[in-house]
Amino acid sequence: MSLIAILGTLETGLIFGLVALGVFLSFRVLQFPDLTVDGSFPLGAAVSATFIVAGVNPYLATLFACIAGAGAGLITAWLNVRLNILHLLASILTMIALYSVNLRIMGRPNIALLGENTVFLPLESLPIPTYVALPLVLLVVVILAKVALDLFLGSQIGLAMRASGANARMARAQGINTGFYVLMGMALSNALVAFAGALFAQSQGAADVTMGVGVIVVGLAAVIGGEAVVLPRTVFLATLGCIAGSLLYRFAVAMALNADFIGLKAQDLNLITAVLVAAAMVLPTVRAPVKRALSKDRRILARLKAKP
Amino acid sequence: MKVLNKAALALAAVMAPAAMSAAPALAQDVIVAVTQIVEHPALDAARNGVKDVLAENGFEEGKNLKWMHESAQGNVATAAQIAKKFVGEQPDVIVTIATPSSQAVVASTKDIPVVFSAVTDPVAAKLVSNWEAPGANVTGVSDMAPIDRHLEMIQRIVPDAKRLGVLYNPGEVNSVSSLDAVKKEAPNLGMTVLEGPAPKSGEVLAAARALVGKVDAFYVPTDNTVVSAFEAVVKVGIDAQIPVFAADTDSVPRGAIAALGFNYYDVGRQTGEKVVRILKGEKPGEIPVAGVEKMDLWLNLGSAKKMGVEVPEAVVGEAQKVVE
Repeated sequence: MSLIAILGTLETGLIFGLVALGVFLSFRVLQFPDLTVDGSFPLGAAVSATFIVAGVNPYLATLFACIAGAGAGLITAWLNVRLNILHLLASILTMIALYSVNLRIMGRPNIALLGENTVFLPLESLPIPTYVALPLVLLVVVILAKVALDLFLGSQIGLAMRASGANARMARAQGINTGFYVLMGMALSNALVAFAGALFAQSQGAADVTMGVGVIVVGLAAVIGGEAVVLPRTVFLATLGCIAGSLLYRFAVAMALNADFIGLKAQDLNLITAVLVAAAMVLPTVRAPVKRALSKDRRILARLKAKP
Repeated sequence: MKVLNKAALALAAVMAPAAMSAAPALAQDVIVAVTQIVEHPALDAARNGVKDVLAENGFEEGKNLKWMHESAQGNVATAAQIAKKFVGEQPDVIVTIATPSSQAVVASTKDIPVVFSAVTDPVAAKLVSNWEAPGANVTGVSDMAPIDRHLEMIQRIVPDAKRLGVLYNPGEVNSVSSLDAVKKEAPNLGMTVLEGPAPKSGEVLAAARALVGKVDAFYVPTDNTVVSAFEAVVKVGIDAQIPVFAADTDSVPRGAIAALGFNYYDVGRQTGEKVVRILKGEKPGEIPVAGVEKMDLWLNLGSAKKMGVEVPEAVVGEAQKVVE
């Protein structure tokens, strides 16, 4: 792999790290399987692109994208909490509705941002090449988002949200309004995903209505794969795992793209990616028995030593 | 022990491709990298057209050409990664097939020559600023169909067709451009247009059925989604006796009565000619963007009969290819 390819992989991986953080919030913290992300990712792209093309400041446009994403999350949560629609179904409804909404927002399926005033435009005047600067900036952004999320989940509100997800009945017994925290968490989760969509469209040069396809799969693979490499003992480690998982997933795709030498072809890409991600997920189940075996050995050794 | 082996195996599977990434090309080799958004017959034909023209001009894979090809399988994020991978390999030319793949590459490089293919409106997609002298590192071939000639052809074959049903995916930028063009041209010929949106190939059948009784003819633009489920449209056409017309000739053997089209193989050949010009030293910015040059009329008389249409002799005489 060339340096540009590696940095490009990092760039995509970091952006999808934000998606993974969002999916972690819904899927793990709130125990809410949320497919809205397939719609809120392109929603973020659509909103930011539409505003940027209209001449709005790109930072403001990106902020609007996050607000739109939060709105999408709220709708899903509201369908579930207030209308009692099954969480999975509620999120599917919002997801398919967003496809039409995104087309309406953009007015056409694709808005090009090449040469427009995006948040990344200042990077082009830097002395270092853009393909180096972009992943560095994104690294800072993702770390900031991770730290903010860690602090939030450690706060009073965050703890109440975690309690709502972990054991809703218990949380209610403690006087926590679980419905409120589900609404808030879903808004936050989808705001993060829409933020990722906005950044992706701006780094990629276009917002396209099809760019949401499979985002949830990538997000879930990143969360679960991340748990495989970084054991989520604390919130700090769990969110770190999400980002690691996202990078891992992207490197799996990059490797699949470089797998020509064993006779694999372009059309095998999805299969190879699935196999590599599955391999990453199997690691912990492999690791656990190894550890058990090792500790057993150690116990036997200790016993042997104890014997005079 | 068995468990450890498994872990080692998993690790090897993950690490091997990294260690053995593609062998570097010989110095004198010309490298052409092709990225396409998704595999389907038309886009694959375009790719083959590029390759054949290269071979005819002395650039042969395995001899002096290193040919790289990746498909994003419909995933825009993967298209971005493919773009980065190709830019990193520093090929002589990157050929980009369809709009999202083209935008991803153009966003990633400002110096490697890019030749796009099968992009309907390259100016709206911001790939180039104008058709005549693109200026930067990008040129290519548009597949904008000459809609006025398509509608004239429909009218010649079924003169009493006044209500035209257009089946398309509202999420495909190329199809929306085509639909806009149909809506603009149809009133000139006294036709009205009804839309049959099908966001997924699984919904094409339902979209076609929904228009039964409301339209006199179906028209399918160069839409990736509808073309991939073309048989569904043909089935509805035969069942409801509504003639089906297509914008690409590849759909005629699959059951369209007629298409005045171009085939994507020829679009690919036109693209290939531009690639050859760049390989021979011309600057992409000085090569104008081209529209489709070669037009063929294909007829499927067997389908016409099943859909209750008599194709006039004069039209049959003009056809380049007639399928029974």
